[in-house]
Amino acid sequence: MKSLLIIASLLGLVLSIGPPILFFLGKTDLGQMKLGMGIGMVFWMVTAPFWINKKQ
Amino acid sequence: MSSIGLVKKLVAPTNEFERTPIPENQLKGSKSFLGMYAGEHTAGTEFVIGPLFVAHGVGAIDLVLGLLIGNLLAVLSWGLITAPIATAKRMTLYYQLERIAGKNLVRWYNLVNALMFCFLAGSMIAVSATAVGIPFDLEMPTLNDWLPRTPGWIVTVLLMGAVITLVAIQGYNQVSKFANVMSPWMILVFFAAAIVGLAQLGVDSFESLIAIAQEVIWNGVPESGFSKFTIWHIIFFSWFCNMAMHIGMSDLTILRYAKSWTSGFTVFAGVYLGHFVAWIASGILFAVFRHANIGSQEFAPGLIAFQTLGIAGAVCVVIAGWTTANPTIYRAGLALQGIFPKVPTWKITAIVGGITSVAACFPALVMKLLDFVALYGLLLMPMGAVIFADFYFAKKMGFRSEGALNSNSDFSWPALSSWLLTLVFCLGLNLLYGVEIFFLGLPGWFVAVAIFVIFSKIKYPLLKSSAT
Repeated sequence: MKSLLIIASLLGLVLSIGPPILFFLGKTDLGQMKLGMGIGMVFWMVTAPFWINKKQ
Repeated sequence: MSSIGLVKKLVAPTNEFERTPIPENQLKGSKSFLGMYAGEHTAGTEFVIGPLFVAHGVGAIDLVLGLLIGNLLAVLSWGLITAPIATAKRMTLYYQLERIAGKNLVRWYNLVNALMFCFLAGSMIAVSATAVGIPFDLEMPTLNDWLPRTPGWIVTVLLMGAVITLVAIQGYNQVSKFANVMSPWMILVFFAAAIVGLAQLGVDSFESLIAIAQEVIWNGVPESGFSKFTIWHIIFFSWFCNMAMHIGMSDLTILRYAKSWTSGFTVFAGVYLGHFVAWIASGILFAVFRHANIGSQEFAPGLIAFQTLGIAGAVCVVIAGWTTANPTIYRAGLALQGIFPKVPTWKITAIVGGITSVAACFPALVMKLLDFVALYGLLLMPMGAVIFADFYFAKKMGFRSEGALNSNSDFSWPALSSWLLTLVFCLGLNLLYGVEIFFLGLPGWFVAVAIFVIFSKIKYPLLKSSAT
């Protein structure tokens, strides 16, 4: 379970930085980039607290 | 600049060792400090400072070079001035100061500290409000605003202040943990801001990056009502924006847990992420906003982040502001509790929250954040200089160290004189010679050390028997 959470969190981080890079490269538009970042934020927010705090 | 996250983890045990040195088995390696500082210096203030550099018309090369040099000087201050004393004494700032300056003087120090914390937290509530107000089409403050523009702004800020205060009263730990969790994401959002911002400004090559940085983002032209910033402003601001923490010695409380004094250098992770990457990124965001809203004087970090990064940007501003304001209110409460130990914590925190919320109504706190941060450090710095002088010069210059403790006194006039006369000296430099507040810390520190050494030699002369 913890591994799944970590994977989902990492996916959240990838979605937070990947779309901006794609936007910079001209591979996506501003709307899609914002959507991707929003989804990434949700992924991170709902998964990271369960394993980062446990680790601490 | 501000703090949270692992700070709590490190600071929490201070309750157990408030008046004793840290025992060997509680010491921590550099890795703990690396993570803590990385999170601590990526905060809500970063969304304001970067844009204010742009508003002050700094040039691109001046900014980058100034940040590289100033942050390096800050890291050296932590590593060479704060950490060696912290690991030699292993005491909190407050107890160390009490031994030197006496209980009564520490009370005044706490009061000033608490007030500064209130204003800092207030500015962060205001920053969060600029994001929270977006769905309500709230009229945002402009760069030259000192007073609230609309009743809606006041209501939003007061409501946010009330919520943040309630959370500070009841759930500090949860906020601290949450802030800790959000830190890696927030750092990535700053990187994303820079990448997207540059793309929106038309950067597609190294040459265009240089050209746009110099001609569009940091074009060297200050906004109306803003003074012109040079490389010297950037160097001194980035060096001294955390003056209270390094040469002001606040971080004695944290670094006393370090196994080695070299842990002081781990702060480089924080300052180069937060005070280099994040300031540059937020400056780019502001330039994109101005480019898209020509003629607009609005300065609303939430709106600026939202326009470029969407909901993630706005949420990042809210979280950054909130997670900075919350522990700051908590810390202000702790400082005040040192003065009024019999008043319950929740009452103190509620009072602090009330002061903070009222302060947050005034956009001047955000628009003048650079000046406020410099003032905050300057007001507290002389007490750090006193600790430095007591540690290094007591024996060499022939006076007893920890004067208040060794003379069974609750008050040390050499320490008070050093504090007040240094501030008078700095005020004089400012009023008579027009030296800007950003540059007062350096001469002020030397003056504080000199005054303390001279007066300590008079008040606490080293007796021959104690010298041997």
